[in-house]
Amino acid sequence: MKFDTLIIGGGLAGLTCAIRLQKQGVRCAVVSTGQSVLHFSSGSFDLLGYNQLQEVVENPTEAVRELSEEHPYRKLGDCVKEYASAARDLLTQCGVEVKGDAKKNHFRYTPMGELRPTWLTFSELATAESASSYPVGKILIANFAGFLDFNTNFISGVLTRHGAKCTHATIQVETVEHLRISPTEMRAANIAKALEMGDTLSEVIRQINSLGKGYDYVVLPAVFGFKTSEVVKRLYEEVKVKILLLPTMPPSVPGVRTQMALAAAFERAGGIFMPGDTVRRAVLENGRVKEVFTENHGDEPLKAKNFVLASGHFFSGGLRATISHVEEPVFGADVDYAEGRENWYDADVNRPHNYQAFGVHTDECFRMAVKGKTIENLYAVGSMLSGARSLEEGSGAGVSMLTALCVADEIMKGSTK
Amino acid sequence: MKHFDQTNEFDVIIVGGGITGAGTARDCALRGLRVLLLERQDIANGATGRNHGLLHSGARYAVTDSESAAECIKENMILRRIASHCVEPNDGLFVSLPEDDIAYQATFVESCRKAGIDAEIIDPKEARLLEPSVNPDLIGAVRVPDGSVDPFRLTLANIIDAKQHGAVVKTYQEVTEILREGNRVIGVRAYNHATREIHDFYAPLTINAGGIWGHGIAAKVGIRVDMFPAKGALLIFGHRVNNVVLNRCRKPANADILVPGDTVCVIGTTSSRIPFEEVDQIRVTPEEVDLLLAEGSKLAPSLATTRVLRAYAGVRPLVAADNDPSGRNISRGIVLLDHAKRDGVEGFATITGGKLMTYRLMAQWATDLACQKLGVDAKCITMTELLPGSRSCDSKTDRKVYDLHNHKLAAAVARHGEMAAEIPAKTPYDNSFVCECENVTVGEVRHALNKWHVNTLVDLRRRTRVGMGTCQGELCACRAANLLGEASGSVEKAESELKNFLQERWKGTYPICWGDALREAEYTRWVYGSVCGMN
Repeated sequence: MKFDTLIIGGGLAGLTCAIRLQKQGVRCAVVSTGQSVLHFSSGSFDLLGYNQLQEVVENPTEAVRELSEEHPYRKLGDCVKEYASAARDLLTQCGVEVKGDAKKNHFRYTPMGELRPTWLTFSELATAESASSYPVGKILIANFAGFLDFNTNFISGVLTRHGAKCTHATIQVETVEHLRISPTEMRAANIAKALEMGDTLSEVIRQINSLGKGYDYVVLPAVFGFKTSEVVKRLYEEVKVKILLLPTMPPSVPGVRTQMALAAAFERAGGIFMPGDTVRRAVLENGRVKEVFTENHGDEPLKAKNFVLASGHFFSGGLRATISHVEEPVFGADVDYAEGRENWYDADVNRPHNYQAFGVHTDECFRMAVKGKTIENLYAVGSMLSGARSLEEGSGAGVSMLTALCVADEIMKGSTK
Repeated sequence: MKHFDQTNEFDVIIVGGGITGAGTARDCALRGLRVLLLERQDIANGATGRNHGLLHSGARYAVTDSESAAECIKENMILRRIASHCVEPNDGLFVSLPEDDIAYQATFVESCRKAGIDAEIIDPKEARLLEPSVNPDLIGAVRVPDGSVDPFRLTLANIIDAKQHGAVVKTYQEVTEILREGNRVIGVRAYNHATREIHDFYAPLTINAGGIWGHGIAAKVGIRVDMFPAKGALLIFGHRVNNVVLNRCRKPANADILVPGDTVCVIGTTSSRIPFEEVDQIRVTPEEVDLLLAEGSKLAPSLATTRVLRAYAGVRPLVAADNDPSGRNISRGIVLLDHAKRDGVEGFATITGGKLMTYRLMAQWATDLACQKLGVDAKCITMTELLPGSRSCDSKTDRKVYDLHNHKLAAAVARHGEMAAEIPAKTPYDNSFVCECENVTVGEVRHALNKWHVNTLVDLRRRTRVGMGTCQGELCACRAANLLGEASGSVEKAESELKNFLQERWKGTYPICWGDALREAEYTRWVYGSVCGMN
């Protein structure tokens, strides 16, 4: 099989790059092993939430200039603002409705009920303008009976601390009760699916309206709308109390829906999406990648003019740590990391760990290298790039999308030459 | 049932809630003494919970310490009976590898038989059938009645039975002072870490069962008990590689025992002397991890490619006897010190040395001394009296529990025996799973919070296995913290507990943080640090 560009990884970075290229007529294929980090997300996209002093960043597009030289954002130069706006447009075009502004962080709710700075948030989720603008008044916190991944006690604790008067209530519907038969089924995504069965939603809305009488707000878990956002629309139209939809512990229902929307948009544009497949090895020739072989395609090589690696950090398998070193498993590409595993972590779990900034080494155009030699047609995007501390900085989604757009532009430049 | 909760006067005060203290409290209570047990942190928090969980047959000590070996096999047989819900009768193999001296096998078997241990030489081929994970290059194998024992459940069962017989158990109460009148100890002063209050308790006899910390407790009355803090590091693997305990048939050395238990297996240990100042902050070093992996892979080669789940270390409370720098040749024997005889201080005794396997015998010795001093004539019955959880360990109980509730309590029945019948399981909420790795329900968590001395999430883990599974507390930590908040009525406590729990899990993860452990750690960090914004 032959493509213009082959993208390895079907998460936020891989799909962003693929959609951007495919829409400009570059024939792309995406090989995707499994779930994407989007499935476990908070429901927001961070660009830059905190500076190096761990202070909240007001304007992310300005603050990126203060980052260290090694940071992937620094390779984007002055284009951060432009790419941030392109990223937002891309989401909207794919049917993912978001709110937010790259020049001014707003605040998302965590599953613990706290406010944290962010760039874009799914439109359905509750947000706040400032770090301290929590809702006040009488608040009902409603949850599905036995759903343990919605932290009702933590949420009411935080809201009460900020002056609200909170009451707890449970919603009980038969379709959701059935999930309990299997121990691992009582999860956000499965509840969302159950709510799309028959007329379950009407019953849920009826119960919310009855429970919510006399309250200023009703807090609900973000378990609405697995396949489409129609369910969310109905919820907002028919519930008579003001709704505050808060994220659950993973999996994230809006995150799963976004991942599916992006994959669908890519396919609609003519791209080939290969889910459940993994690239096992690559053939390099004269400083270029010639072809790769995957689990499902066996001896049939996948050839392309350009290759983009978007396989994520350690968790997603883009990087692999052995007892003594860190490697990139597909191409054996050069990785920036510290020698000696005692230099990978800090004994205090809450402090920054060096492993977080490990990643593949790239040149100024995000091209990877093997044994010090740049591979002309091999790019890396997203969390596998070295130099970002996405957890401390709040930069995960931004690095994924912006570097993906930048690489797509690089590839376009090359193809028009 | 007698209640002494309102009083501060007892017959015996026991300092230390490890297995020795818990066993002594039970024995004293069974013999009708009014007992108070004080523990500065949680029960089973020290060396009790930081070892192999090996139900020694005694074979390991047969050559070097025949007295310990004989004690071990006797207690082994007793524990199989009285603590059946804590014991897995897995059997053990002592294997000789090509680098080992096969001549040692004969000495070993001879010594075992002298100590009363049923040791049978079997063909290496048969050994491989019995335990397919064993190194296929083995040149000899001896089968012995080793097994596995869960020290957390064993301690809890002793505590529960002690309380059922009137003992008062107070955790998170640290003895700060030993109260004296002249040459007589009359009680202790304790600081309550939860309420920050100080209370005095009185008894004609105080028993120091503080393990390695017993050194410091004795020092409070100016008595010197020379202990030998010997650190031992161990690794837990993500699943059971073996079903039979694997030992090396040679003189005891580093990392030569692999014990299967519950859902995991454990390789250990190392042995190194540490200063007393480090006893509360022991860490597992990269060198220890490398050594454990290298030696462990010789016993079972697949360990080299099996995911390591955690590293941990305990400090053996050995009583210093000579100048052996490794601490290995010191007797594991029981040391009971009557300080009236030894140091001229009345009303004070120390029970130490020994090991998990011989805790019951240690308790018996200490209680015999207590009875003698208090003029009480009562016989020890702990060698026959079954512990709670092991009282109707037949299928009838299982059926009863299943009938009463449902299949979701199967894991709880395995953990708590007939005590599982007390776990609330009537509502769908109670039957929801908090921990999916270890099948712990909301009902079990609530029961533990109410009845089993649970103050922290880490205590909860020791009682129920919440967070002990392959994910090491990814989602269950937050769910359990939510329930703790609900039970204690304090969200602040739930938040700080969640943080402590994650830090505690990390302590065991970072020394082995590569491969899947790093993947999982990154994910957990991402969920709590990034998604939940807990920094």
